[in-house]
Amino acid sequence: MDFDIVVIVRNFSLLAEGMLTTLRLTALALLFGLAWGTVLTLARLAPGRLLPALASLYVNGIRAVPLIMVIFWIYFLLPVLSGTQIGPFYSALVAFVLFEGAYFSEIIRAGIKSISQGQLRAALSTGMSYLQGMRYIILPQAFRKMAPVLLTQSIALFQDTSLVYVVGLMDFMTASAMVASRDGRLVELYSFAALVYLVISLAATLAVRHMEKKFKAGAQ
Amino acid sequence: MNYQWQWGVLLREPYLGWLLDGVKWTVAISVVAFAIAMTLGIAVGVARTLRNRQVLRVAAVYVSLFRSVPLLVQLFLWYFVVPEILPEPFGYWLKRDLSNPEYWTTAVGLGLFMSARIAEQIRAAINACGAGLGNAARAQGMGTVQIYRHILLPVGFRYALPTLTSELLNTVKNSSLALTIGMLELTGQSRQVEAYTFKGIETFTASTTIYILMSLAVIFASRHLERMMAIPGMLSTRDKD
Repeated sequence: MDFDIVVIVRNFSLLAEGMLTTLRLTALALLFGLAWGTVLTLARLAPGRLLPALASLYVNGIRAVPLIMVIFWIYFLLPVLSGTQIGPFYSALVAFVLFEGAYFSEIIRAGIKSISQGQLRAALSTGMSYLQGMRYIILPQAFRKMAPVLLTQSIALFQDTSLVYVVGLMDFMTASAMVASRDGRLVELYSFAALVYLVISLAATLAVRHMEKKFKAGAQ
Repeated sequence: MNYQWQWGVLLREPYLGWLLDGVKWTVAISVVAFAIAMTLGIAVGVARTLRNRQVLRVAAVYVSLFRSVPLLVQLFLWYFVVPEILPEPFGYWLKRDLSNPEYWTTAVGLGLFMSARIAEQIRAAINACGAGLGNAARAQGMGTVQIYRHILLPVGFRYALPTLTSELLNTVKNSSLALTIGMLELTGQSRQVEAYTFKGIETFTASTTIYILMSLAVIFASRHLERMMAIPGMLSTRDKD
């Protein structure tokens, strides 16, 4: 069979635009997902009963459901429930933030638990509030510890954004699929898409590993 | 909010049948995919703990290849690309003679994707056994195969149980990607019921609940398995939360 590389060159700007959407979605989902994950974790570890129970119900509920399901929920059902249209990009973003927040919260919780509880008690005894103790004492140390895991999860998030294909948002995956079926060049486009995802994810993984090594060396 | 609730639609035929059919396919994909994933995952995971450099390198490449490409892209590769680039007779068989190609593509593709993750869990579990256990077995005169067969795998498997449980749950959840190549599993069927009835909230609530129930069933079964297989005094089971 003939492998037609020209089809990729010809549609380069479309694919590049798709990649920009993918990266923008990844970056925003990461930012807000981390924020939401932190809020969830603080709620889970908060004193009292109600807040931790609600937060862990949310986290365990989300973690039992496929990501595609969450994307569909937000895309088809948020407009019905709220009566407003927010467009495919923002509905995908909301879905990813809600979904990844639950996973980030698990990582952050593990990170916080790895910091000795005595430190929080010491902070409280010097007159800090629970939030201050978390903000100034626990979280800065915990985030440093869990940085590699968070980055690995971010690479997974980058790959997961390809699922917006199911609602037709023009990310890199959807753009590749569109060109593939329009020009009848499935083999070329899907191989190219796989290669691009592979190169970016591998490069990111190697960078994380390098950073981890440097970080460990620096800490000693 | 003006929404006409109509839960009854879920109990009406053919919609109830569609959803149940979806559950059946979700289970069918997950079972085959997880069996493939465990078989290959254990082999590759063990390979990643061996001392042979060549084997180590091949296993590491296997894991990073399957982990660095999104599952959706992998499924498209298996479904659209592989039949075209294989030699004629094989490609023809995949395209024409294989019955239910969407099912087998998802089951095998998902199985391979998950095998790389399971390999990492197995490797971590074997490493968690510590060097002492393997060395002690070697000092007793066991060969490498015996050490893995009788010591490292049984002990490591118990360490890995909680993470293997969540990988099984991931397999079930990831089986929803089958809808992208036209397989009507649970998520796909909910989309279809929604398209026919416009009762999306009811339908998606039902399928979300089914996913949650399946997860709970798996978690419950695995806790039971963990208790049954615990070696008294050897491993502290689950951390107290």
